[in-house]
Amino acid sequence: MANVHQFEVIVVGAGGAGLMAGLYASKSAKTAVISKLYPTRSHTGAAQGGISAALGNYEEDKPEWHMYDTVKGSDYLGDQDAIEFMCNEAINAVLELEHMGLPFDRTPDGRISQRPFGGHTNVETGKPVRRAAHAADRTGHMILQTLYQQCIKNNVSFFDEYQVVDFIMVDGKASGIVAIELATGEMHTFHAKAIVFATGGHGRIFEVTSNAYAYTGDGAAVLYRRGIPLEDMEFFQFHPTGIYKLGILITEGVRGEGGVLINGKGERFMPKYAPSVKDLASRDVVSRAILTEIKEGRGVDGKNYVYLDIRPETVNKFAKEDGRTNPDGSPYNLTADAVLKKIPDIIDFCRVYLGVDPVTQMMPIQPTAHYTMGGIPTNKFGEVVVDDKGATVPGLYAAGECACVSVHGANRLGTNSLLDIVVFGKHAGLKAAEYAKSAEWTNLPQDADSAARSEFEALRNGSGKENAFDLSNEMKSAMFRDVGIYRSEKEMQSAVEKVRELQARYKEVRVSDTGKIFNTELLNAWELGNMLAVAEVVAVSALNRKESRGGHSREDYPERDDANWLKHTLVTKKDGKIEINYKPVVITKHQPKARIY
Amino acid sequence: MEITVKIFRYNPEKDQRGNYVTYKLEADPNDRVLDVLEYIKGKTDGALSFRRSCAHGVCGSDAMRINGRNRLACKVLVRDVGADITIEPLLGMKVVKDLIVDMEPFFDNYKKMKPYLINDSPLPENGRERLQSPEQRARFDEATKCILCAACTTSCPSFWASDQYFGPAAFVAAHRFVFDSRDEGASQRLMVLAETDGTVRCHTAYNCTEACPREIQITKAIGELKMAMMTGKID
Repeated sequence: MANVHQFEVIVVGAGGAGLMAGLYASKSAKTAVISKLYPTRSHTGAAQGGISAALGNYEEDKPEWHMYDTVKGSDYLGDQDAIEFMCNEAINAVLELEHMGLPFDRTPDGRISQRPFGGHTNVETGKPVRRAAHAADRTGHMILQTLYQQCIKNNVSFFDEYQVVDFIMVDGKASGIVAIELATGEMHTFHAKAIVFATGGHGRIFEVTSNAYAYTGDGAAVLYRRGIPLEDMEFFQFHPTGIYKLGILITEGVRGEGGVLINGKGERFMPKYAPSVKDLASRDVVSRAILTEIKEGRGVDGKNYVYLDIRPETVNKFAKEDGRTNPDGSPYNLTADAVLKKIPDIIDFCRVYLGVDPVTQMMPIQPTAHYTMGGIPTNKFGEVVVDDKGATVPGLYAAGECACVSVHGANRLGTNSLLDIVVFGKHAGLKAAEYAKSAEWTNLPQDADSAARSEFEALRNGSGKENAFDLSNEMKSAMFRDVGIYRSEKEMQSAVEKVRELQARYKEVRVSDTGKIFNTELLNAWELGNMLAVAEVVAVSALNRKESRGGHSREDYPERDDANWLKHTLVTKKDGKIEINYKPVVITKHQPKARIY
Repeated sequence: MEITVKIFRYNPEKDQRGNYVTYKLEADPNDRVLDVLEYIKGKTDGALSFRRSCAHGVCGSDAMRINGRNRLACKVLVRDVGADITIEPLLGMKVVKDLIVDMEPFFDNYKKMKPYLINDSPLPENGRERLQSPEQRARFDEATKCILCAACTTSCPSFWASDQYFGPAAFVAAHRFVFDSRDEGASQRLMVLAETDGTVRCHTAYNCTEACPREIQITKAIGELKMAMMTGKID
């Protein structure tokens, strides 16, 4: 076994959560961050609209309201201790980003500017509240850049373009990871006392998605293969507004600035579904509304899309009808110039990919697979929790989209993902370093990389009867069609069977590139294995949950069923078989009640 | 429509030098060039190697030369470039394999700019944000858009002449902080920019500005840095 490195803390992934973990762990422990991408390529950079915190820079707001909105948004499946912690930490988290240099947009008096976002309200009036701190429509880009810059300033060690391929456990404790250096194809073993997974989500299992190619569920799949359970994987968020066919995200911030959804008959339809907050209802509600309009024949030209309209004349007409005002009480009035300043990237995307100018034309949109609510189970310190009693794996941590704390429950509110990565990335990093300081080194096995080596050998030596690209496309279309926004028994059953068929056919794949240097074909094929593993868990978890809650909406069980299903799903692979267990939801302040927007 | 795609190929484990391979395939005019590359890799030639991630122009992975111009493969459509497409790696960087170039020197130059907020003054006593007016914030907005794709630097004749040259992308990073009202590190950065591999080598060819997929006015930004170095004033 060559190429062995030793660090007290290893962070896997260099998006927002990984960089925060790396920054904080490296303050007191010898730390390295490994990432399959250059850090600035991470998917955090694609987040657009904002990061939420009850700063109250324009109007009254408080963490208690933020907590309530998040609990309600989660359809009461979020763990309230973790949600309370996150919402209380939010204000200092956003201020810390500003102190690091993040270029937030500003209020006229120089403070951080905030905009309304779906599901974020003044709990007393029920009206939308300006809670999303933003930097135009590229807030995630600014967070990623700022955190990477801070890592440079603080001399954090990076292994860029190293793909994690295995997790090593010794005597029930985290002991290391195995990774491939893309530039050489060499396998490296990283011996560590503490390991933080911050590897992002798996939206690429779906055909239409806003997610990057990199979003293949690597971290979740690696741990799942090693017997770590995955929590609440049936809950996947479909963002209401993706660019038609391409799935590229159009931020909810467009609706925050007054944009409205319009069906094929030219009608604004959200007031029917969410009379109080209308177009700013939470994402699951809006995505279902769009699908219902389409199903009932009110898509545009009978097709499966509707319009998002941010043209000033439309916005101002409806703002007047809704009685929307500026923070100073004057009537809301959006100008074309303001549209250009507030959502410049969205305008750029529409012009490049659609030839549409949002200032004068409506944007064709459809819901797009966007966010992984489920994932590696953790508590609010980022410690990975493997059962319903809080048992942890010493030295193993997870944070960000790959983790399930669970602060998002059955449906995440917009802007809470950027908050999640900053808050829990930091705390996972701190906890990992604290643990590493007191823990003994494990004895790293001599053959630590042998399992990973045989996985890759198999891909080089398959029969070649199957093509990975085709298998991938079959998986994506089956998952999007059968485990999408609306679900039912028959379709989900067929998706489970399809994914299992694809898993069998995957064994016949043979990679044609026999080289070592940047063998991206081999890595893509390996990522497909991860996606197939994760897709199976998503489909099985969805089929198993016989109710509708948040992002999991069943036509055959249309109601939420708190008596039987107010609990988290835990799926574990044991001796090649899938085992389903449950754990209770932490409820502190807010008892479940009907969820109306 | 049928398209013909000519791609530069180089596999260091097999080839003495690079060569071009031509592929003919069906594509939709609305396909991204990246979709075309993915299709060729998936169906015809699995060994074809390139970087990509977000697929919509915000991560900066897939800058390459497309019909002679530096573009992001995910941000240019087939209808924009026509039925005959030539794809080559960025110029001036060591080709590692096919369309993948060695980015390390590029990031090293970026790091030389001290690309992080320098401010040792105490934070506001109430723990809140440092204040900055919308006008002060607008002053450096352009430079914050940079995604470090290297399209600008590798389009620059001065960089082709010497890869020691810091290059336009590094200058954009310097500009981002020099003109941020919260930053106190301008003089340190201007010293770096005054080195022989600094802004003196910029001959305002404007290639960088034309190449930028984020439409950053790079040449203008470099001009503002040169002015600050000359006058010692930052405004």
